[in-house]
Amino acid sequence: MSNMLEVADLGHTYGDYEAIGGLTFDVRAGELVCVVGPSGCGKSTLLRTISGLIKPSRGNVKLNGSHLAVVFQDYQRSLFPWLTVQGNVEFPLRSLKRAERRKRAAEALEWVGLSGAARKRPWQLSGGMQQRVAIARALAFRPALLLMDEPFASVDAQTRFELEDLLLRVRREHDTTVLVVTHDIDESVYLGDRILVLSSSPARLVANLEVPLPAERDQVTTRTADGFVALRSKVARLLNVGKPSMDVEKWAAAERESLSETVAH
Amino acid sequence: MTKFLQRWVVFAGLVVVWQLSAWLADNPYFPPPSDIVTAAWDWWVVEPENFTDNVIPSITRMLTGWAIASVIGVSLGLLLGRSDRAMEYANPLLVFLRSIPPPALVPVFLLLFKTGTATQMATIIFGVVWPVLLNSVDGARSVDVTKVDTSAVFQIPRWQWVLGVVLPAASPKIFAGLRVSLSLSLVLMVISELVNTENGIGMQLMQAQREFDNERMWAGIVLLGVLGYVLNTAFLAVERRALAWQPRSRDEQHA
Repeated sequence: MSNMLEVADLGHTYGDYEAIGGLTFDVRAGELVCVVGPSGCGKSTLLRTISGLIKPSRGNVKLNGSHLAVVFQDYQRSLFPWLTVQGNVEFPLRSLKRAERRKRAAEALEWVGLSGAARKRPWQLSGGMQQRVAIARALAFRPALLLMDEPFASVDAQTRFELEDLLLRVRREHDTTVLVVTHDIDESVYLGDRILVLSSSPARLVANLEVPLPAERDQVTTRTADGFVALRSKVARLLNVGKPSMDVEKWAAAERESLSETVAH
Repeated sequence: MTKFLQRWVVFAGLVVVWQLSAWLADNPYFPPPSDIVTAAWDWWVVEPENFTDNVIPSITRMLTGWAIASVIGVSLGLLLGRSDRAMEYANPLLVFLRSIPPPALVPVFLLLFKTGTATQMATIIFGVVWPVLLNSVDGARSVDVTKVDTSAVFQIPRWQWVLGVVLPAASPKIFAGLRVSLSLSLVLMVISELVNTENGIGMQLMQAQREFDNERMWAGIVLLGVLGYVLNTAFLAVERRALAWQPRSRDEQHA
């Protein structure tokens, strides 16, 4: 399988502060990769360097495609209140002919189940629906990579489950390559084909874990499956949850060993 | 209907009080409203050329000046608002120019432009450009970071960035500036017509004053009030339509 995104020795420093300390990873075409790390570990910086919003201090980001799209956490700020829902979805498509633009927007809105809301203003919709508009906008752009920054962190738990399933369905149906940045361990295991675990700042790659779960997932059965629970604990330990004084690097090394043992079984 | 009444009852009451007290006082400098209305009728309706030759040119100059100032103010404002460096260079100059009272420049404009119309327009434009300009700068600066990022990620063309993101994001502030400028342009229109002019409401006012025609002088003042009211009402109607996209109340807006 070809790589959609190749990140090589990516590092970024703000003045004296090192936010990312040399990250190397790939995202294969059609894959959904979750990046999980402790809060303030430089996930946002990683996202901003990959999306081209800031130039990294060192290293390389290579996208095998012309453009990517980003779904931001703050849908209220990322959507344009002066445009209708349809106008928002058409926003990145201005260079296309009107008819093509309409078609793509209608299509993307249908994928996220919002065909009926095309003429509304985003602020007339609930939070979950607004984030679906943002997802539709990103999909209508037909990106080589869909980058998501804590996409479901600002909605309630129920809506969050709905949106997670929506993302899984949409990416399966349209073979979208997705990179989700999150601080939520459960979410990363539930969504991901693979999980990249980052250390606290400067962000370094602690582990690169395949998710041993079937492609079809279900909020109830998947979350109680043994594979899910085991991997969740593993990620939690890697992230040093509840043990703030432990040396993350040491832990990571120990975990890598234990993991390679598990794989060997 | 009750709203209409509420709106006008105080106004109508004051006119009645004014009428009665003017009758009682019987002072030639303060004629009753009925005499003012009669004078206005005789002046502008019975002899319509007084209206077409003076009032219409005044309004035309005022609105043209305001429109030109608006275009300059908005385009320059958006530019300066999106460039910190440009703003750093321009800021002292702006503060300096803004502090000059526009009427003080009338003699300078007279020297520069000779004709009355050009001088009046220049006075209006120079006076009313500031609220538009400064509000546009403010508005353009207020585009929030997520929208800037969103626009950058989608690689939208420059024209779409300016007209599709910065301008609408700044529009509530811009409209606030335009409204202040509109009422200011009425003031400057009158001031600019007080000296060296061949026509205009301001000139008619001065003339009436010199001839001790108090009814006409008051008629001119009332006309200015009516004009200001009508323009403001029309402007608000346009603003309401243009900014209809704004979330109106908390109830309507989902969190």
